[in-house]
Amino acid sequence: MIVELGHFVLILALFVATIQTVMPLVGAHYRWTGWMAVGEAAASVQLLLVATSFAALTYAFVTSDFSVALVVNNSHTLKPMLYKVAGVWGNHEGSLLLWSLILAAFGASVAWFGSNLPPTLRARVLAVQGSIGVAFLLFMLLTSNPFLRLAVPPFNGQDLNPLLQDPGLAFHPPFLYLGYVGLSVSFSFAVAALIEGRVDAAWGRWVRPWTLAAWVFLTIGIALGSWWAYYELGWGGFWFWDPVENASFMPWLIAAALLHSAIVVEKREALKAWTILLAILAFGFSLIGTFIVRSGVITSVHAFANDPERGVFILLILGFFMGGALLLFAFRAGAMEAKGLFAPVSRESALVVNNLLLSVSCMVVFVGTIWPLVAELLWDRKLSVGEPFFNAAFTPFMVVLALLLPLGAILSWKRALIGRPFRALIPALVLAVSLCLLAFAMQTGQSALGPIGLGLGAWVVFGAVIDLWLRSGRGAMAERMGRILRLPRADWGKFTAHTGFGVTVFAVAAMMAWQVEDIRTMRVGESYDLKGYTVTLTSVDKETGPNYFTTMARMDISHNGAFVATVYPEKRIYPVAGMPTTEAGIDYGFTRDLYMVIGDAQDDGSWAVRSYFKPFANWIWGGCMLMALGGLISLADRRYRVAAGARARAVKAVPAE
Amino acid sequence: MIYRMIRAITLSLTLVATPVLAVQPNEVLSDPVLEARARTLSKDLRCLVCRNENIDDSNADLARDLRLLVRERLVAGDSDDAAIAYIVDRYGEYVLLNPTSKGANLLLWIAGPLMLILGGAIAGTYVRRRRGLAEVGPNELSQDEEKRLAEILKD
Repeated sequence: MIVELGHFVLILALFVATIQTVMPLVGAHYRWTGWMAVGEAAASVQLLLVATSFAALTYAFVTSDFSVALVVNNSHTLKPMLYKVAGVWGNHEGSLLLWSLILAAFGASVAWFGSNLPPTLRARVLAVQGSIGVAFLLFMLLTSNPFLRLAVPPFNGQDLNPLLQDPGLAFHPPFLYLGYVGLSVSFSFAVAALIEGRVDAAWGRWVRPWTLAAWVFLTIGIALGSWWAYYELGWGGFWFWDPVENASFMPWLIAAALLHSAIVVEKREALKAWTILLAILAFGFSLIGTFIVRSGVITSVHAFANDPERGVFILLILGFFMGGALLLFAFRAGAMEAKGLFAPVSRESALVVNNLLLSVSCMVVFVGTIWPLVAELLWDRKLSVGEPFFNAAFTPFMVVLALLLPLGAILSWKRALIGRPFRALIPALVLAVSLCLLAFAMQTGQSALGPIGLGLGAWVVFGAVIDLWLRSGRGAMAERMGRILRLPRADWGKFTAHTGFGVTVFAVAAMMAWQVEDIRTMRVGESYDLKGYTVTLTSVDKETGPNYFTTMARMDISHNGAFVATVYPEKRIYPVAGMPTTEAGIDYGFTRDLYMVIGDAQDDGSWAVRSYFKPFANWIWGGCMLMALGGLISLADRRYRVAAGARARAVKAVPAE
Repeated sequence: MIYRMIRAITLSLTLVATPVLAVQPNEVLSDPVLEARARTLSKDLRCLVCRNENIDDSNADLARDLRLLVRERLVAGDSDDAAIAYIVDRYGEYVLLNPTSKGANLLLWIAGPLMLILGGAIAGTYVRRRRGLAEVGPNELSQDEEKRLAEILKD
């Protein structure tokens, strides 16, 4: 009954979304206040309906209702409660429902928090948002209904893919979707502005918080996924350039470019057409990502639901929204340009370079991702494009970006002199270069990657510190410190996010250059040396978990005779899904992780053991979290609220036509 | 019924194939230089039955066979290129995670620099135009304009 209710309200939601698309759009065209106002109500109702539907599906999972096909395929009575809930979105149909829920939630947020927007713009934004809702609800109801019943329910389910039964991964998809779908708001703003025919500083200010929020979510989602891969897949890799990872990385890169160019629109009223284009493309790449994951055209670790019919449907959605938006862009963008003038050496130009690097690097990832498809279609060549290609083709862009960032970040707006900011950065340069040389001297015969990464990371981090320092003006030390503390949150956000970028650059290089690996067989009771740590295999036991069997080793780690940690690497088998997983035993540390994996029993009674010394591993995700935190701090900046209030009054003062 | 049988069979198969570590201790060559070369080569070769995994990281049996083959070739005295060529001959271009730059693939490799140059040119033009307009701003006139102004004022 509840399941049918879920299905029913989903159909209702489709109708409401259709109304949300049509009425405000018509209303905005003819300036009919009543019709425009329908958008807000419809957005709220749509959220309510989709949320009810989502709750119904969650109920089916929590109560293990095995008359529902989706529950049978993805759940099991023995599964812990957290994963019963996470199972709702651990599959194609349920994740689409989550997608629609988040889409509706963003639409409703625009309705609720958008009271400062001009009524026609708000109506159009809600209409575009509604149309995306129509597309996805149709997609779900026509090809991927999560509420299908089985005529003969089985006694138990087939369990969720055991790799997905993990706290890190339980929350990875929701964050990613918050990011993907959040970009739909930027898209809606862009299309609405194109229909409206007007982009001004205020538009830049409105669109930026939404982009920032989406980007923050995307950052967290990607970091969670990468962290999960690190501890779960058993060899401590953190990024594989898998098509699906690329699918999330491309919108991230474009969103990063977008939130920088939106600053230029907001502060200087330049780069308008370009910013609109980025907003369209960012959501476009989200849709492309959806297509890659769900169509199965490009095989990858994550691809679920390889169904050509669904692929075609997503391609239609992609074609409709991108084609429509870009067509609109082609007609209207010419009218957008721009008041702000600037010299070739200026903050504006620096942000143009930032945008150039970020978007070209995104296109490199895109070309690499679809190249196997292109090569097979056009030249009948079956080939692979993997990690080595991306490392070689993508990394240089990030290196250049990191090199230019500190300088670009402190150039003044409009017209800058290159000499003074460069002199201000000399301390950072000296520190970075000496750290680089020091690292180079301390390592012998290893690749230059580590020292270069350290130098680059340090350059970006110290550059961010100097940026903050310069913002404090002149005067005595104490005075300047006081002023730094009172700087707007946007400045602190910028500092935090740029620092995070530097930290991640360094950590990735450090991990790739300085990791130590050890592979051996050993008996229980034996010890070996791993980069100065003594590792002892104390015991290996068979045990039983709630829904799996495990072979669990106990390994004691000591350093110069002093106890460091005990870790328990496991090898699990989930009998229902028939899948093995490895659970690495990791001793997390500030400057290094010790990463232990237990393998098979050998014929002579010893065990295969693989272990790693991973320098600065946590810094990779620490850097990502700093970037996300920086975004959040920026989001809390006063100007998004103060200006909001001022504009609300201004809008009310204008009589409705 | 048949579907269930297939499921049962695949289930038992996966249960038999318990997880193994990627590179097994007994695969490691005694010569550390050769082993290091083998590891480097393995990172660029695709495990054909996996999804986007190299044979160095993969747990699949086929990956193990390939790892052993790489080591065999190196022990037999092949250079890195010869060992890779040997494997590409047998398994096709698909096995290379690092695509060659032969033929149309050249496009893949130069796509990045090409787009950067193109984008850079567009951005450069844009920035120059912004400046061009800036010189017409209220405060400054370009030299040409200065000259024209002087001529106009003379009349």
